[in-house]
Amino acid sequence: MSSAARKRLVTALLLAPAAVWLFLFLVLPFLAIVVFSLGERAPAGGYAPALTLAQYANLPARATAFWNTLVLAPAGALACLLIAYPVAYYLAIKTLPQRRLLLVALIVIPFWTSLLIRTYAWMYILGGRGIPAWLEMIGLPELRFINTPGAVLLGIVYGYLPLMILPIYISLERLDRRLLEASADLGATPFSTFFSVTLRLSLPGMMTGFSLVLILLLGEYLIPTLLGGGKVFFIGNALVDLFLQSRNWPFGSAIAVALVVIAVLLLLAANRLTARLSGARQVDLL
Amino acid sequence: MRGFVIAVYGFLYLPIALVVLFSFNAGRHASEFTGFSFQWYGRALSNTFLMEALTNSLIVATTSAGLAALCGTAAAIGLGRAGPRTRAVFDALFGAAIVVPGVVIGIATLVALVQLFGLVNPVLAALWPGDAPPRLALGYGSIIAAHGLFSTALVTMIVRARLGALGRDMVEASSDLYAGPFTTFRCIVLPQILPAILAGFLLAFTFSFDDFIVAFFVAGSQTTLPIYVFASIRRGVTPEINAIGALVLAASIVLVIAAQVLLRRRQPASA
Repeated sequence: MSSAARKRLVTALLLAPAAVWLFLFLVLPFLAIVVFSLGERAPAGGYAPALTLAQYANLPARATAFWNTLVLAPAGALACLLIAYPVAYYLAIKTLPQRRLLLVALIVIPFWTSLLIRTYAWMYILGGRGIPAWLEMIGLPELRFINTPGAVLLGIVYGYLPLMILPIYISLERLDRRLLEASADLGATPFSTFFSVTLRLSLPGMMTGFSLVLILLLGEYLIPTLLGGGKVFFIGNALVDLFLQSRNWPFGSAIAVALVVIAVLLLLAANRLTARLSGARQVDLL
Repeated sequence: MRGFVIAVYGFLYLPIALVVLFSFNAGRHASEFTGFSFQWYGRALSNTFLMEALTNSLIVATTSAGLAALCGTAAAIGLGRAGPRTRAVFDALFGAAIVVPGVVIGIATLVALVQLFGLVNPVLAALWPGDAPPRLALGYGSIIAAHGLFSTALVTMIVRARLGALGRDMVEASSDLYAGPFTTFRCIVLPQILPAILAGFLLAFTFSFDDFIVAFFVAGSQTTLPIYVFASIRRGVTPEINAIGALVLAASIVLVIAAQVLLRRRQPASA
């Protein structure tokens, strides 16, 4: 065997396990839900083969879930962005380099610890014995927080904030400080330096964070379930209901396909927008 | 701005602090702190259902993260040698594995596996010589496989970043000194990428251990810890959950810190 052929064989063998995995548990399942979405619900639940677009025509039956998701997910991602930016800016520009590592690690830790348990703590904080009781103690009228869109929004911001801070932090940290000095030397005020240099150059990081958080939020299930109390439900809740309770797999598959299509369209739109705004050609997803 | 940043850190850690605080509460209710006690830890540790779910989670997380570390490292090295077209295909698929919402991954895997089992099980039953043919079903295998997908993508990404930062000169020096490719890998490349592999393993483990939604779909009759905790929350909160929550948080924090330390070693600016 020639050495080039041998090299190719070794490369193929190295890639094979991951390729098998990707094929069996990503490509094949995707094809399966596309096929299922064209089928019908079997009388006892599950799937019966058919070739119809009826499931897609039926999507408006879950309009509330789509509506909630498509309003609250972008709103949550935007709120994350607005809160994350100053934090990322402070970490990248205002802190001493030797303290930065620890402060960034402190941001990462909550993201990698159980979202379920952290969200459950918010059930207590927002619930009757939490903030409403504290407010009552200082003489304010009783207010309801839990099981409202606001509670879901808060949970979203809480859960996904670290994922927004990191990419913005990275883009700000890589920023060439000499550009800021140059801008000041040329007579720009700190205010206009921020808007025409810093903000512009951190745009790719902002867009990466925004797209990533938005895409993940589209499939969110736990936060609307725990903090929305079944009143504020997302597409993820509709999917769990259709697959695990009413066992309408074809309709559920159609919704899942629609969700992926929406996610892809939003990602493409975000990429194009970033490209136009920053002049850069592409945005890394991670 | 400093005050705002401090407030955000407070916001991030408030729920964690509350869970830990109430895990030591002596009282039955989460409403007020009535004294310090370890009783809920004792109850949690002697709850057999809880311990079974914990064991399941540990088995699933260790296996899927281990497989992901192997496949992901192999893929990262392979992609370094592959042509641009192969690389583009893998990049797209790994990107999809990371970006597609877990709920869709869970559903798609469930649908595909149930269909596959429906085809394979009758064949197995017909071919099996004995009376009790093996039946493929959802369980450990399906959770491990579904978690491994995301984790392999994660490990590949981390190891590739490390390989990219690796100096070529040592590798060239090694082959100039007549070391075979395998010896060069073992003595030069592996020691340098090992921290990244370990970091990838730990992050994959944490992800798998914490994942609820994917497991919820593909677990079959198995229960993992997040599924158990979710079910308990729906039944009504007990302080036991705070104890197990505090333990899980502590374990994830240790793992994440370990992963970060490993990632930062000789590799600045990565997250």
